[in-house]
Amino acid sequence: MAQVSLNNIRKIYPNGYEAVVPTSFDIADGEFVVLVGPSGCGKSTLLRMVAGLEDISEGALSIGDRNVNHVDPADRDIAMVFQNYALYPHMTVRKNIGYGLKNRKTPASEIEDKVQTAAKMLNLTEYLDRKPSQLSGGQRQRVAMGRAVVRDPALFLFDEPLSNLDAKLRHQMRIEIKALQRRLGVTSIYVTHDQVEAMTMADRIIVLNAGRIEQIGTPAEIYHRPASTFVASFMGAPPMNLLTAKGSGGRVTVGETISVAAEVADGPVTLGIRPEDIEIGPTCDIPFTVDIVEELGAHRLLHGQLGGQELTIHVGKDVVVSAGPIRMSINPDAVVLFDAKSGLAL
Amino acid sequence: MTETTHIPVAKRPVKWGRVMDHSILILGSLFMLVPLLMVLQTTTTTDLETIKNGPEFVIGDRFDDNFMAAMFKASGFSGENTGLRMLINSLILGIGFAIGKIVIGMMAAYALVYFRLRFATLAFWLIFTTLLLPLEVRILPSYEIAQQLGLLNTYTGLIVPLIASATATFFFRQFFRSVPEELVEAARIDGAGPVKFFIDILMPLSQTMIAAMFIIMFVYGWNQYLWPTMVTTEEGMYTLVRGIKQLTQDLEGTNIPEYGRANMLALIAILPPVLVVIIFQSWFVKGLTESDK
Ligand SMILES: Nc1ncnc2c1ncn2[C@@H]1O[C@H](COP(=O)(O)OP(=O)(O)OP(=O)(O)O)[C@@H](O)[C@H]1O
Ligand SMILES: [Mg+2]
Repeated sequence: MAQVSLNNIRKIYPNGYEAVVPTSFDIADGEFVVLVGPSGCGKSTLLRMVAGLEDISEGALSIGDRNVNHVDPADRDIAMVFQNYALYPHMTVRKNIGYGLKNRKTPASEIEDKVQTAAKMLNLTEYLDRKPSQLSGGQRQRVAMGRAVVRDPALFLFDEPLSNLDAKLRHQMRIEIKALQRRLGVTSIYVTHDQVEAMTMADRIIVLNAGRIEQIGTPAEIYHRPASTFVASFMGAPPMNLLTAKGSGGRVTVGETISVAAEVADGPVTLGIRPEDIEIGPTCDIPFTVDIVEELGAHRLLHGQLGGQELTIHVGKDVVVSAGPIRMSINPDAVVLFDAKSGLAL
Repeated sequence: MTETTHIPVAKRPVKWGRVMDHSILILGSLFMLVPLLMVLQTTTTTDLETIKNGPEFVIGDRFDDNFMAAMFKASGFSGENTGLRMLINSLILGIGFAIGKIVIGMMAAYALVYFRLRFATLAFWLIFTTLLLPLEVRILPSYEIAQQLGLLNTYTGLIVPLIASATATFFFRQFFRSVPEELVEAARIDGAGPVKFFIDILMPLSQTMIAAMFIIMFVYGWNQYLWPTMVTTEEGMYTLVRGIKQLTQDLEGTNIPEYGRANMLALIAILPPVLVVIIFQSWFVKGLTESDK
């Protein structure tokens, strides 16, 4: 168990590319933090620096109360789960799980006990004598988890551990990993580019973009109060609607349609509204043209035009709509305003 | 029986392409096999008969005698170079060469692939250029060095200069580079240092590759002729491939040439490489083609 603290951590690769700009954040003991962002934004780089697999170019990293900038990965008291599982192909599941303990000179009987406990926790007991090639993807994933939990480390690191699984298994493993982490109370950093994983698993989410932190916050904060248009459009499926709007005289208006009261300077702004914060009905005040209705079973998505701008509306499964003109209204409390130039929330 | 099989065969159109393919295969096999069969035949008859009648279709009863002569009769002056002695020397050369080559190749490749050496690429290309300089090219300097180090007529002198070439390093380097990076990192986090990683992870993963290398290198070492001829002058150090040459020298003399014995020795010389290939065959194919892991 340990808290982790990054202080102006920076990464410049030998070819001169700055993959992570100086970045600082703290992770509390037992917290589950998810790093999320588009491909190439530096998530893995950051995680690998914490693991010690990549040199830290600048800044200070501490795990527990110890500065670990120059500590070998094996001595950082961490365990890592890799995207491709990275199981040793020639070793049985038992040996795979126990290998880290064996290298730390743990007595054989103790290794066996710990491996049994971990295997039981992960439903692997009957597979202990198999080789990784004789396991399904989900089982391999569990072995990789087993290898991490058996060492009882201070910190778990996950690099997109579920991205090789099919949707159903991913859902199941997501819940299992989260439950396991809850139970063990081990501080965890989890990298993913899947925002559903981020939302559902995290205590706190860190959104990265181009090597820079865009926002740190709880899933609800990230979702409802995005700090920038980047976060607004990255988190959520479908993403937040971003409309070109204009501020004047204490109101923000989108053409002749939406108009909300807001204390902003006169001039262009970007107005953000989540698809589910828009209502439709005959008594609503704004005309809207539906082009396409996306049927998703539990709900429907209406894609259409609002005064020449694209807009998506989320409606319940009981609301029957077909393409054509309808009327809508927005929940003014749910509106988020962004600077039109910088994209930062106002 | 003939009725039932005959009818469908007759109906099927003759595929000339296949006939052609098979003819080529059969001819090729005969081309390879006939000399071998002739060798086999001469080992079963007396030398006199071979001289009188040439190659025949009869199988004689002298196999045992010829075998004993080939294995245990010395052909030189010292009485040390019996077939058995030469067989042992050849095995030492073949196995020593193969093992030396694998050990050195693996270790060099390990250093090149897994350690951030300053001039790793340069070092690799330097090693690689030795492929262009086989022993035959550098035989005079190599002999000179072996002589000055007093390595003539020793197993060390026989084996070590042959090992200095890049083939195994090259193959192992390619193989190590195909081992996923994540595996290396997982091992690092699991606390496996360089030596442990090499022994616990890399060696077991390389099993098939090692087997493949062993076959190639064993056969290569076994078949060496020029170098053993140069560094061994004592008859007790002769290898089979070199020793047969000495027997055939006798053929030019006035005695009755020892066809049976010489051919028997040739047969014995073929056998170990054939056995190695047969035994390691399935690994061999896997090692050179399998790219996962
Ligand atoms: N060894 C390296 N040398 C130079 N640049 C690198 C190196 N490794 C990664 N990069 C660059 O650093 C940036 C961040 O890479 P990183 O692997 O951290 O991305 P990521 O966020 O994990 O992406 P993904 O979601 O695709 O895994 C990328 O632009 C990548 O091209
Ligand atoms: Mg990555």
